[in-house]
Amino acid sequence: MPSRGLVRTRRWATGRTDQRVERILGALAVAVLVFIGAMLVTVFVKAWPSFAHNGLSWFGPGGNVDTQLRAMQEVKALPGHSIYYFRGWPLIWGTLLTTILAVLIALVVSTLAAIFLTEFAPPALRRTLDPVIRLLAAVPSVIYGLIGILVIAPYINNHLISDARKDSVLYVVQLNGADVMTATLILTVMILPIMTAISAGAFAAVPAAWREGSLALGVNRWRTIWRVSLHAARPAIVAATVLATARALGEAVMLAMVAGGRGFAPNLLDGVTALFEPVRPLAATIFQNSEGLTIPALGHTIYAIGAVLLVSAAMLSLAGWAAKQRFKRYGVRA
Amino acid sequence: MISPPQPVPGTAGRPPAPPSAAVIARAPRERTSSWPLVDRVAYGLCWAVGIGLCLIAVAIVLFMFFKGIAYLHPNLLVESPAPSPRQSQSGGFLDPIIGTLIVAAIGIAIAAPLGVALGTWLSEYGRPSWLARTVESAIEIIAGAPSVVLALFGLLIFAQSYLGFLSTTAENGGVYGRSYFAAGAVMAVLALPLVVASTREALTRLPDRLREASYALGRTRATTVRRVLLPAIRPDIATGAVLGLGRIIGDTAIITVLLGTYLDFEKVGNLPLIGTLRGTGSTLTSYVFNNSPAGEGNAPQKAYAAAFLLLIIVLILNGIVTWLTNRDGQSEGLGLSRVFRLIPFMPDMSG
Repeated sequence: MPSRGLVRTRRWATGRTDQRVERILGALAVAVLVFIGAMLVTVFVKAWPSFAHNGLSWFGPGGNVDTQLRAMQEVKALPGHSIYYFRGWPLIWGTLLTTILAVLIALVVSTLAAIFLTEFAPPALRRTLDPVIRLLAAVPSVIYGLIGILVIAPYINNHLISDARKDSVLYVVQLNGADVMTATLILTVMILPIMTAISAGAFAAVPAAWREGSLALGVNRWRTIWRVSLHAARPAIVAATVLATARALGEAVMLAMVAGGRGFAPNLLDGVTALFEPVRPLAATIFQNSEGLTIPALGHTIYAIGAVLLVSAAMLSLAGWAAKQRFKRYGVRA
Repeated sequence: MISPPQPVPGTAGRPPAPPSAAVIARAPRERTSSWPLVDRVAYGLCWAVGIGLCLIAVAIVLFMFFKGIAYLHPNLLVESPAPSPRQSQSGGFLDPIIGTLIVAAIGIAIAAPLGVALGTWLSEYGRPSWLARTVESAIEIIAGAPSVVLALFGLLIFAQSYLGFLSTTAENGGVYGRSYFAAGAVMAVLALPLVVASTREALTRLPDRLREASYALGRTRATTVRRVLLPAIRPDIATGAVLGLGRIIGDTAIITVLLGTYLDFEKVGNLPLIGTLRGTGSTLTSYVFNNSPAGEGNAPQKAYAAAFLLLIIVLILNGIVTWLTNRDGQSEGLGLSRVFRLIPFMPDMSG
């Protein structure tokens, strides 16, 4: 019987409760903003000594970054430098290399996957792909990392890296399969679901009349997709790429497991060999040094790395969000 | 050719699916043999990618199943981890299983109500609109923030002296800041965007006549939300919560930073439950990491066994989501499930 609820609301329908509910919910919403503000401020305050001691050179190359981190851990400054001495380029380069390669591959693959999912897949296969993509998105990164380090890295080490290639860099770095290549491959699989989901949503939302107009002119289905749907879905694909980049930047565990774990900056001029060289991206560096956060200099440096990641990821998220607003008018709420 | 969409029983009150789905699905298949070569290659690539994704998923699941069945002994489930260099003596993963449950429970207990409240505010109130837009983008930032950075922030918060009762306080007054409480609370931040997004999506999809009918009966806005709108979207809230649960269970970075590297429970104080929650330990993810070649334990068989268990939990959660979505029979155009939209918030990246 609805009468009881009705009577009660009648008596309370003066708007006071209503206003109070709105205020409470609004306060929670403001709390989210406060949370983000507090996060940015505290992480930056904690990170400041590292930036202050190094200036912009923080981002530049110079010396071995692993030696610098170890010096902080042992609280023994490198000769001629302050304890805060840190040149993060190898870590930044490792992050850029894995992220950009993975996003580029995933851009092509996810667009094809989205087209397949929305245009070509028979209904049965479409119904299969849906949970498959959700599963790929839900597999914990530690499982991806485990498969990477126990299956893919050994395979690459045994079959793809020749002994001659190993010998050619013997005195610089040891090649063992945990490298840019392995990290990129797995990272690609990990960001595919996000990109495919956003792109597929956009392809599905392209007005049918646009495509039908093209088909009626005798243009075949692929050309129609290529010329009409892809064009209309472009903002979504941009958003997907940007958001996936943000996610890839923050990946820590999988990369800590399979990327090689060395602060080494592969030289792209070496050609293919560079892909078989180890790196250690920024997020993985935080992850692997989480035990040393109480050591002052190391702690500040780790928080500085965190601040750099936080700002980059936040910028990318905002850009992706802005790009998504553009195709909301098609009715896509990705 | 284009039949009007039939109302599906049980979806009354929801807008019908766009007709485009029916059109595309029933279009007579054009023969690709007449296409130029380039187009046929592209068409073939689309198929290859589609099949390839399925194969990757099948390969991951099958591989983990075979490894899991080979190495998962029942007594691993009931033994606590013990520090030992020998795989045969390093115990099982009872503590990590309980740890996973603890963290998931704390995380979702915070994230679910908060997420529903925020989603409701965004969809039903959202005034002033600039604030709503800012909050919306803020949630996007939270969703994209690397979880390892969230963990660093959490450590700063929980190491404050007035939060010492939630973790260990050293004799010199320093607060350790690492405990199940801390890990669970930071995990809530991970799950929050999923609950907010699914709540908001669902509320936006509800037709206005539902609200109008309720107002016509003299109900206030708050009552309408509580008595009419939220009950109507219960499956969607559940979907968001389950997806959030999946993200919490799969995260490693927060656990490693906020629980340290001991695998067994390190209790604080004498109270039975509170002592565990204030103390540190591990979850299945950090157990897998520690036993992988990258961790300290290096016991791949244990890692495979625990990862298998983890994957089973993820598969079960995935199944629940599929069941929840299929139950109310509503799907996106082209037969994609609605959850598909939440995938961008979902991946267990960054952790």
